[in-house]
Amino acid sequence: MIVVENIYKEFNGQQVLKGISTTFEKGKTNMIIGQSGSGKTVLLKCLLGLHTPEKGFISFDGRKNTELSIKDHRQLRQEIGMVFQGGALYDSLTIEENIMFPLKMFTDQTFRAMRDRVNFVLNRVNLEGVNKKFPAQLSGGMQKRVAIARAIVMNPKYLFCDEPNSGLDPNTATVIDNLIQEITKEYDIITVINSHDMNSVMEIGEKIIFLKNGVQAWEGSNSEIFKTENEAIINFVYSSNLFKKVREAYLNEKK
Amino acid sequence: MNYFEHVGKYFIMLKQVFKKPQKWSVFKEMLFREIEDLGLKSLGIVMFISFFVGGVVAIQTALSVDNPFIPKYLIGFATKRSVILEFAPTFMSVILAGKVGSYITSSIGTMRVTEQIDALEVMGINSLNYLVLPKIIAVLFFYPLLILLAMFLGIYGGYVAGIMTDLFFSEDYIYGVQLDFNPYFIKYALIKTLVFAFAIATIPSYHGYYVKGGSLEVGRASTQAVVWTSIVIILMNYFLTQMLLG
Repeated sequence: MIVVENIYKEFNGQQVLKGISTTFEKGKTNMIIGQSGSGKTVLLKCLLGLHTPEKGFISFDGRKNTELSIKDHRQLRQEIGMVFQGGALYDSLTIEENIMFPLKMFTDQTFRAMRDRVNFVLNRVNLEGVNKKFPAQLSGGMQKRVAIARAIVMNPKYLFCDEPNSGLDPNTATVIDNLIQEITKEYDIITVINSHDMNSVMEIGEKIIFLKNGVQAWEGSNSEIFKTENEAIINFVYSSNLFKKVREAYLNEKK
Repeated sequence: MNYFEHVGKYFIMLKQVFKKPQKWSVFKEMLFREIEDLGLKSLGIVMFISFFVGGVVAIQTALSVDNPFIPKYLIGFATKRSVILEFAPTFMSVILAGKVGSYITSSIGTMRVTEQIDALEVMGINSLNYLVLPKIIAVLFFYPLLILLAMFLGIYGGYVAGIMTDLFFSEDYIYGVQLDFNPYFIKYALIKTLVFAFAIATIPSYHGYYVKGGSLEVGRASTQAVVWTSIVIILMNYFLTQMLLG
């Protein structure tokens, strides 16, 4: 379990996170949602260790970030898989080299063993025949799948995704969402997704944290989001007419 | 941010760069890649420029030496001196600062704005050590060879120019090149080259690594990197000349 305890983060005197406390559980797809500028990327970067909170702590299965040595930090980071918004694949490396990179860096496996593992994870994300291609030769959806393959190649305990389906068509976005959820269940890992795609929230948000102006304004699941009376989340999630109608229909059906 | 802050941040960056590589096999792979990108791919431009500039120096010296009391072998002597002392180490380094410096800044800067550096950090990799150290080692190893080649081709360009233009005899030129040869000048040129090579690898890396924004900022950072690397090379050239020849 990841425990976030009362974390504060500021930039140039501007408080971005104001006392966030929450937990992210194993085997669940946890989602952080909120408007642009609400602090969700900063929270994700704090979880990843790219930003250090001024106050509070983050504990990964009992290991507090504030008490870890540099070596332990490095070890912890090897247990983390990350899918960046744009994929963050290395342009100069082939798809195979991209996925193999963490294996080369942190294991002493033979080339054949590494290649087998690469093929296995590529197969897992339903990609074949792309080993020798470069990232620029793939579509956005395929790049995201490669990024997921690279994130899971080291068998991580924690998977973080920053807007994994931004810029994708609805069909591909659903494929990516389902893939992330399947992997979360299959490997029994803690997945934290940063998103403002309401389809994803409704589809796979088993636990949702809604941030507003750096404060945790709501917490619940995708089923609870229909019933909530919290004005902040209603205004955010049901800002489009389509979602308003979906909610009305859902509530009418319940009555 | 003022200049002092940049200088401080640059040295803090160097502290991170000069750490033991996390995996030697990966470091070696990166090193060979950088030797190819930063060194071998600069061979063509170095050969082309040094050959023709050597020729131009010889022709201009020949045209300036029209007094019959000044011996013609001075053309070879002057060409050799200018090429070895200044043209090859300093001006070739300024040219490389433009070619290689902009490449380094734009490649690292693009990695920064597309979150590839964040991806390295998340994996627990010291991104500065991984990205910059192989570049430093590659240029420190390869640039002295490039500069020696530039020296040879510059002097040879002068010789070919003499044959092509009939402005001086090749025997006079060769005699001038051999006259009063001081090996210390080569040493001096190579010391300068090493210092400039270090600047060419690290200053553009600094500008690329700390870039913020998008592709426009990466372009701006590349320009700034070339300007600052050139300034540092010219200033260091002055101080090194004072120290080593003064």
